[in-house]
Amino acid sequence: MANKNKKKNRLIFRVIVLIVLAAATVFALYSTLTKDDQEVIQEGDQAPNFQLKTVNMEQETMSLGELEGKGVMLNFWGTWCPPCKKEMPYMQELYPEYKEKGVEIVAVSLDDSRLVIEDFLNEYGLTFPILHDKTYQVNDAYGVGYLPATFFINEDGEVVKKVVGGLTLDKLEGHLKEIVPES
Amino acid sequence: MELSTISSYLLYTAFVLYLIATVFFAATIKEQEKATKQSKAGNIGIAITIIGFISQVGYFITRWIASQHAPVSNLFEFTTFFGMMFVFAFIVIYFIYRFNLLGLFTLPVALLIIAYASMFPREISPLIPALKTHWLYIHVTTAAIGEAILAVSFAAGLIYLIRTIDQSSLNKKTFWLEFIIYTLYATIGFVLITMAFRAGGYENVFEFQATDNNGKEITVQSEYTLPPLFGPHDNKQLTEGAMKPLVEVPSWLKGEQAARKLNTLVWSIVTGLALYGLTLLILRKRVAAWIQPALHRVNPDLVDEVSYRAVAIGFPVFTLGALIFAMIWAQQAWNRFWGWDPKEVWALITWLFYAWFLHLRLSNGWHGERSAWLAVIGFAIIMFNLIAVNLIIAGLHSYA
Amino acid sequence: MNKIKCECGHINPEGTVLCESCGKPVEQNQHIDGNKHNKLLNMRYDGSARRSQTYNKSFVDKIWNFFSSVKVGVWLIAITLLASSLGTIFPQEMNNQSSLPADEYYEVNYGLAGKIYYQLGFHDLYGSWWYMLLIASIGISLVICSIDRVVPLYRALKKQKPVRHESFLKRQRVFGEAEHVTDEEKETLLKQLKERRFKVMEQDGHLLAEKGRFSRWGPYVNHIGLIIFLIGALLRFVPAMYVDEQLWVREGETEVIPGTEGEYYIKNEDFFVEMYDENDERYKEAIQKEGGSVPKNYQTNAVLYQRTDDSLPGAQPELEKVKEGSIQVNRPLKIDGFALYQTTYQLNEFKSMSFKLHEKDDPNEESLGEITVDLIDPKQEYKLDNGYRVVLDKYYPEFKMENGEPITESKYPRNPALVFNIYTPENPNDPEVSMLGVGFNIDPSESNDYKLGITNVEMRDVTGLTITKDLTLPILGIGGFIFMIGVIQGMYWNHRRIWVQPRENGLWIAGHTNKNWYGLKRDIQQVIAGTNIPEPNDQLERKE
Repeated sequence: MANKNKKKNRLIFRVIVLIVLAAATVFALYSTLTKDDQEVIQEGDQAPNFQLKTVNMEQETMSLGELEGKGVMLNFWGTWCPPCKKEMPYMQELYPEYKEKGVEIVAVSLDDSRLVIEDFLNEYGLTFPILHDKTYQVNDAYGVGYLPATFFINEDGEVVKKVVGGLTLDKLEGHLKEIVPES
Repeated sequence: MELSTISSYLLYTAFVLYLIATVFFAATIKEQEKATKQSKAGNIGIAITIIGFISQVGYFITRWIASQHAPVSNLFEFTTFFGMMFVFAFIVIYFIYRFNLLGLFTLPVALLIIAYASMFPREISPLIPALKTHWLYIHVTTAAIGEAILAVSFAAGLIYLIRTIDQSSLNKKTFWLEFIIYTLYATIGFVLITMAFRAGGYENVFEFQATDNNGKEITVQSEYTLPPLFGPHDNKQLTEGAMKPLVEVPSWLKGEQAARKLNTLVWSIVTGLALYGLTLLILRKRVAAWIQPALHRVNPDLVDEVSYRAVAIGFPVFTLGALIFAMIWAQQAWNRFWGWDPKEVWALITWLFYAWFLHLRLSNGWHGERSAWLAVIGFAIIMFNLIAVNLIIAGLHSYA
Repeated sequence: MNKIKCECGHINPEGTVLCESCGKPVEQNQHIDGNKHNKLLNMRYDGSARRSQTYNKSFVDKIWNFFSSVKVGVWLIAITLLASSLGTIFPQEMNNQSSLPADEYYEVNYGLAGKIYYQLGFHDLYGSWWYMLLIASIGISLVICSIDRVVPLYRALKKQKPVRHESFLKRQRVFGEAEHVTDEEKETLLKQLKERRFKVMEQDGHLLAEKGRFSRWGPYVNHIGLIIFLIGALLRFVPAMYVDEQLWVREGETEVIPGTEGEYYIKNEDFFVEMYDENDERYKEAIQKEGGSVPKNYQTNAVLYQRTDDSLPGAQPELEKVKEGSIQVNRPLKIDGFALYQTTYQLNEFKSMSFKLHEKDDPNEESLGEITVDLIDPKQEYKLDNGYRVVLDKYYPEFKMENGEPITESKYPRNPALVFNIYTPENPNDPEVSMLGVGFNIDPSESNDYKLGITNVEMRDVTGLTITKDLTLPILGIGGFIFMIGVIQGMYWNHRRIWVQPRENGLWIAGHTNKNWYGLKRDIQQVIAGTNIPEPNDQLERKE
């Protein structure tokens, strides 16, 4: 009888030790795998709401919430960044067509100087809304590291596609098609 | 005389004394006493070694005063210090076991290390801000002492292998043993060939295109001090009338100095091969086979124990210096105690290797020959971290 | 469970190789430690039963036994070692200091090999799930191996008695027989054992002399240290335990310190770089080789403030000065568990430029009005007296000509260039264009009547700081400390035992140590000095 008890106690002891160790391992693995996701918005995530000053619109500020029900292409850029400059004309080219279809293009500039942004959009003739994230708050919320970075957000506010680096006209159009609202 | 000049003389003196001591330790073979017992030649040998060591300590102190910081801040200084600690570790182990032949194997390696060190720039250099802390001394010196003690286990392991491996035929074991000996030849080759062309004032500069870290095209120059067997890819020679490269390296060999380093490596290997081949011609047998009879009075168990003892003593010191002190410093200087810098990773690999060694020995009973092979591999890892990581893989530590 | 009763009367647990009390080999268990074909006994764990090797039944036991095996531990170490080396082939993503994203960096710099390296995920090897799993497995192995071995070893060492079975003594590595030994010689032996600081136990004339037993616990102590260290490393994943943030502060500006939840602010009073004197005799040669400039010191003089009000984030905070000091490399400034490190800097960023307007051909350049342009966020329009008006038309913070077009390389004012439109009372609608920058002042039309001249430039430095808070450091420190105690205890001391067994007229003597047989033999030599007891043989030593 004593033996049986001893055996049982041993089993309990082993199970407890193994559970503790397994829990620690799972915690370590989970933390490593989600480390990047914690800060950075990934495909499939809900796009965080924000409010920023506008550069080229009548209203003074604009928030993502206002665009509920529309597909949103959210582009982070800077006037000094060559691939950003390259993709801007493509965005402008497709903007009128997709605005009809219910997709808004919003470009968030990370420049310090508003003047520089205004110059830029005059030069390129941009008509889609340009917002100014001078303090990098929205940039940090979306975890943008390299410019340009583009988030394609569907009408439910979910990030369908995230692209780091420049887009070609074809690719841009392809992704825009993905976020055209159904109704 | 300037202090820095005195310092260099003291280092030369130490070098010569170690060389003389080696001869005396070699003479102990001829003496008929048991290898571990007192012998006249052995006593003279260890006395000269100690004088040499004191002279090298003199070099260290005078250089410290001259440079106003501990001379462990660049590759020349560090490698020299490592050689000095190697001699120190030998002296300590010698007085535990009174084992003369250990001197015959450690001192030449120490000489090689010091000779190798002096191939690097020897000017006294100022400390950059990241190195300005007492942890520089504490971390580097402790790590060097630990590595030096571990290196003694290599010397003992080598004695064990030469003593016990059956030399009647060429097989895997005898081949690898010869290979280990050959690497020493290659080091000699590097030192000799570098010195020879340096004495002749050889210089040959090439210009070529490379990409920098951010992917931009840049024009770089590479200064060859050895004739270019391998030149940079698509290069333009700037030194007129000098030798044209025999071969240009292919374009996938990236890195600004990759071609020059490959060239130096090939020169060392070839010179080493020539020296080794010459030795074979003279000896008419494998080098290990030639040494073996001289070691027949050596007790393999004693050598095995010396090798293991060196690991047992060196492992804690290495842990303290190369990992724990390193982490404390890294925490202060770079605000993270561990950054997966190549040098750090290789210190961890060294540590894991010796932990592995100890487990195999203590739990799986790997004694004798297997343990000796491990001691040799351990030293190879240490040398890889000392040399290759600085020269091939760039990281925070590549300050020289 | 079958207990094993030894002929000495002691009852041993199943799996015992050598009787815990007298050391007699247990017949049916000799295979466990490989004693069958050897003359000498394997003294690992003193032949006590290791539980892991005796039960192998349920699933739990199988997992347990897997990790309890030193062989598995040894493999884990070897695999980790090899895996670690792979990560040093090319720089890790976190260390590569490139502005390129990882998927381009490796291919651009290392070609196809780099591309494969990246695709295999080796660019972040040490953060990969499988590397983490390897480290975790080593941790598990450490815990289970230690549990499984420390208890039996403790029992075996505690229970051992001086009286040992003949075969136990005979099969020790150091063993000797003395035919005739007098009582006096036995006395000397005992006395000298004590002089050599052996702890001697006596039982019916049998002796067990022992020293350094505590070194046997060294491995367990160091494993505990490692486990604590790993726990500390694990806790770094808990967000509150670990903060690591970057911050740029321009001279004269005050910024909130990230990670402090808006509680602390830092003002950059001054940032500077000091260089070594090129003419310093001592370092002359080396400095020349380095191209003439070797940095000596990077320093930020900073003032730290604490917020004293509870207003919402974004509102202007009320601040109280709490600390003033310098931040240098290797000398962080600390506050409330946070440490501020000097990590990087930007020298000579332009803060503002002042210009004065004058008539182009006025030899005295008499001012028609001055303007100052803030180069971080410039205003567009500057009204002067007398109807003059200057409009900033284009601004390039870091100006560069590329393919004949003016562009800016970054948004930081490191090399500002400005294009102004100058409206004068004579021509209120038709401006003159003027382009100015560092080292140039261009009149593109070559027909301007007015000119803007730079009168003043304000520069400042920007300091780059890293803010860390790491509550796991004490745990890591304790772990490292315990590990060191453990290895020193286990490596610098050794457990030596000498058994003396009386025979008819003489005695047997046997010795064991966990390492350093040379030292044990020297101990025995000194213990038997002055007696006729012959020096015991090392039964492992080769005979010539």
